[in-house]
Order: sequence, then structure tokens, then C-alpha cells
Amino acid sequence: MSNATLKELSARLAAKACSSVELAQDFINKINVLNKDLGCYVTVDAERTVAQAQAADARRAAGDAGVLTGVPLAHKDIFCAKGWRTTCGSKMLANFVAPYDAHVVERCDAAGMVTLGKTNMDEFAMGSSNETSFFGPVRNPWDRERVPGGSSGGSAAAVAARLAPAATGTDTGGSIRQPAALTGICGLKPTYGLVSRYGMIAFASSLDQAGPMARTAEDLGLLLNVMAGHDTRDSTSLERPAEDYNRDLAKPLKGLRVGLPKEFFAAGMTADVQKTIEAAIAEYRKLGATVVDISLPNMGLSVPVYYVLAPAEASSNLSRFDGVRYGHRAAEYTDLLDMYKRSRGEGFGAEVKRRILIGTYVLSHGYYDAYYIRAQKLRRLIAQDFAAAFKQCDVIMGPTSPTTAFKLGEKSSDPVQMYLSDIYTIAVNLAGLPGMSIPCGFDGSGLPVGLQIIGNYFDEARMLNVAHQYQLGTDWHQRAPQGAA
Amino acid sequence: MIPYAALVFNGFFTPIMALTLDDVQRAAHLARIAIDDAEAEAALAQLTRVFGLIEDMQAVDISGIAPMAHAQDLMLRLRADAVTEGDQRQLFQSVAPEVEAGLYLVPKVIE
Repeated sequence: MSNATLKELSARLAAKACSSVELAQDFINKINVLNKDLGCYVTVDAERTVAQAQAADARRAAGDAGVLTGVPLAHKDIFCAKGWRTTCGSKMLANFVAPYDAHVVERCDAAGMVTLGKTNMDEFAMGSSNETSFFGPVRNPWDRERVPGGSSGGSAAAVAARLAPAATGTDTGGSIRQPAALTGICGLKPTYGLVSRYGMIAFASSLDQAGPMARTAEDLGLLLNVMAGHDTRDSTSLERPAEDYNRDLAKPLKGLRVGLPKEFFAAGMTADVQKTIEAAIAEYRKLGATVVDISLPNMGLSVPVYYVLAPAEASSNLSRFDGVRYGHRAAEYTDLLDMYKRSRGEGFGAEVKRRILIGTYVLSHGYYDAYYIRAQKLRRLIAQDFAAAFKQCDVIMGPTSPTTAFKLGEKSSDPVQMYLSDIYTIAVNLAGLPGMSIPCGFDGSGLPVGLQIIGNYFDEARMLNVAHQYQLGTDWHQRAPQGAA
Repeated sequence: MIPYAALVFNGFFTPIMALTLDDVQRAAHLARIAIDDAEAEAALAQLTRVFGLIEDMQAVDISGIAPMAHAQDLMLRLRADAVTEGDQRQLFQSVAPEVEAGLYLVPKVIE
């Protein structure tokens, strides 16, 4: 049963071919066997999960079931879930039990979905390999010596290993799309503002966006239908009428204009990735799409701009962790200042400290204009490049990541090498656009490659259509790592 | 404009302005993070690499461009200045490191 999609599970539950409790138990059993090697989950609570499944079964018996009632999923441990330990991958929050629900969790619960557990992640979502987690790395189910990507590495690996049919993730610079690509699953970062950030532990507030991770485009749409929605508690949450993101799945792609940015295809990705992406584009031509050459001239600035803006916002957001109201407090200190410094020095890991220091520095007296304001101006240039490109095309395609999954430890000593892992995804966050990754093949070592599809603002339904049509004619998304299916 | 490919692999990451150990320690103090000398040295080496990357921003002409703080340039919504939450002090203090009689305890700040 664990190899079924959300759609299939929904149908089985509706046909009463299985109960939600049976389904939950099936996943729990599998998690108990595989999780200690893979490290996908940092918290499981079988009792809570089964209780939620029982409630879903009761709801179905009462004739009150929705599409995803009784269907299990995993939540990235960045989302507060009442009564669940919520760590954000950090020692700082290692014992934090959330006193309230994130909007995303609230909506999934209201739909009757069943929480299987909280998934591992890079500490405070800062990383591209899931190696910065206080709880240890996640291993890639395709090759356990390799990383699953990050920061939503636990969610990605759990879905790839069939330890969850779907999971929530968050994406500040590529943290849904890059791990989706590296583990051979699908992931969607919606338009900024579509999904509420309430109860989602903040990293860089003007870039953070939650989204679904699953095995098919159609499943992404089903989960996005639940996750998206206006919330007054997030001041950047957009007020828009509800929509069915799967409404256009069946539309033929004839006449679709696919933009290929020349900057994406300049040297940078490995030969295997390039070959695989080109094959995917050829498939789209067969489906009736036309290819348009476009340019995003300021693309090369996105990594530097991001590494000013994101740390600046992070340094401000993470100042709340002071050891006073919640979180880690040092055992010994001399005075209040010393308590702050030691609690934060002990509670944060090396990468988080590094980013706070960068952010503090670029916001400090004398550097604000040279770094922060300049980066904000360049951010506008990057967004304008996309606006010009979307006058010529309907969607933009390219690689999600320049490489396939790399080895554990391979990039952890050099932050810049790690940062460049997100070179194709970061600009999308800066512009606030929706972006997704779908599996489109394998490299010579049998590691999955992800195709990135970038849409215009609020064009999620079209992107899902574009991905779904590809998945009707290909089976990359159905491939499972050995021992998973 | 920096050629994209060059940024990726050629490693033109030379910082224009050298970061010093004092800068690292000053930022750590401002950020209220205790770091020892060894940590500061390691951070200096890595931050120098990162700032080398960031320095690439300085090469671009930005005259006449307005800063973009936000993806959609929307005004943040305002809400009425009204009480919306009930009292949850006990619940919130249940996760605090140290409380007494409903108060958060911190070291004495006024002698």
C-alpha cells in the first residue's frame, strides 16, 4: 500500500478497500524498519497518528469525508504542530513542544489528513544537503552514501523511500525543489503569499514559502488545494478566491511556449544533467510545445543577492531565540548578556551562526547601503528579467540542480560550494514566482535528475498541467529506489 | 554583468575588502553569540569566501533602481488594534526554561 499515490489512497479509502488506521499502521511499520538507516523522521508518535486515523475513519463512517480524509502525510519539522515536538532541526528547539498549530498543519488536519511524523531538515532550513541538522544527516534512498539535498531533505527522502505518500516542505532558496530533484520526487514552491507562513518557523520572511512534495504532479495539486488559502495571521498572505489547482491537468500542451534561458544552459551543470534535461525538452516538443530562447541577464547575481538578503532577514528573525521564553538556555552564565550569548552560542550550529554573522554584518552601521540596499535593488533587476521573459513564453524550463546527489561530507567544508547547489532555484524565490521540480531521468550512476518548471505568478494550475502531461507519457516519476516499493 | 558560467566554476571570489577577526567578533557580539577564538578563526576563513561571492554585486550599475523588499510590492495588510487571543500564559510558559509565579526568570539586571 505504501507505493500508492495520494490519489490512489484516496480512492481506496473511498471504496472502503482499507481503513485509515490500517493505512497509518502500514506506514508506521515501514518507518520503524527503515528510518534508523535513513534518518527521514526526527519525531514519530504512533499513538497520536493512530488516534488521528481513527478520527478520520469515524468521519468517513459519518459520511463527512473529503478527498484526502484519512490519507497520511509527513510534516517538515519547521511547522508547529500542537503537542508535537517541533525542533526545526536545531538543538535550540530540541525540547520545544509547539503550543499551537501552523496554518498549514491546521488545514491538513481540517481536511482529515493523518500526520505520520515530523521530518528531518537542515537546521532552521539553512542548508542544501540536510547535513546541518542537529539530529544528524538524512541519507538519500537512492544511495545511502549521498545526501538527499536540503533543506527539506527528510520530507524528500521519506516520500522517495515510500515512508510517506506526500509531505510538506518549505522553500526559501530551493529547499523544496533541490531535494525533490536529488531524490527523484516532485516538489512545488507556490507563488509567494499563497500559503500562510503562520506557525512556520521563520528563516527569511520575504522569501519563505511552503509547498507540497509528492510523487506525481497530480498529487502536488491535491495537497496544494489543502495547503493554500488566505490567513489573516500572516500579513503577507494573499487574499484570492480558492481555486482547484488540478483543474487544467487534462489540457493538451499544443502551442505551449517553453522558455529556455541561455544562462541556465551555459557551463555549470554536469554533462549527465544537461543530457537528461535536453531529453526532457525534446519530449515536450513531441507533446506539441514550442521552444523559445530567452535570457535572464542578471541571473548570475541571484546567489550573491540571496546571500545578503536571506542572512539579513535570518539574523533578525533568529534574534527571538534568547533562552528566556522558550528554547535552549545555557546551564551556566554570569549575567543577562552572558546568558544570551552562551544560550545562542550553544543552541545554534555552525552554519546558522555563520548566516547570523553575515546578516548582522551586512545590516551593521556603515555597510547597510553597500550590501543590503544594493541587494534589494538587484533583486528588482532579477524580477524584471523574469517579467520580460514571460512576455515571450508561458513557462521556463531548465535544471533544478547543477548536479545529482553528492556524497555526504563532499561540500560541507566549503559553504560557497554548498550555496552554488541552489544556483538555478534561488532567483525564483527572489522574484516570488512559483517553481517546481519533477523527475526526468537518471545520470550514469543511477541518480535522479530533476527538471525545473518555473511559472508566472499564480500560474500553478498551468505548471501542474505541464508536469502532468509529461508524466502521462513517461515513467521517471514511478521509479523507486531499491527496497522502497 | 558577471558571466554566469564564470561565477559558477572559475572561482573569481576575491574579496575587495578584507574581513578581519575584529569584524567577526564585533558581529558576534552584536548578534549575542558567544564564539571562542578557534571558532572565530574558522568563521573568518569561511565568511571571507562568502563575502568574496557577495562582492560580485558591487560591479553592477544600480542607479535609478528602487529597492525591492518584497516579491509583490504589496502593502502589508493592517488589522484593527483589537484583542484577538485569549489568555494563554500558562500554556506558553509550559515551554519556558525558567518561570516562577507566572513570571519568566532572568538574571538580575539592576543591582
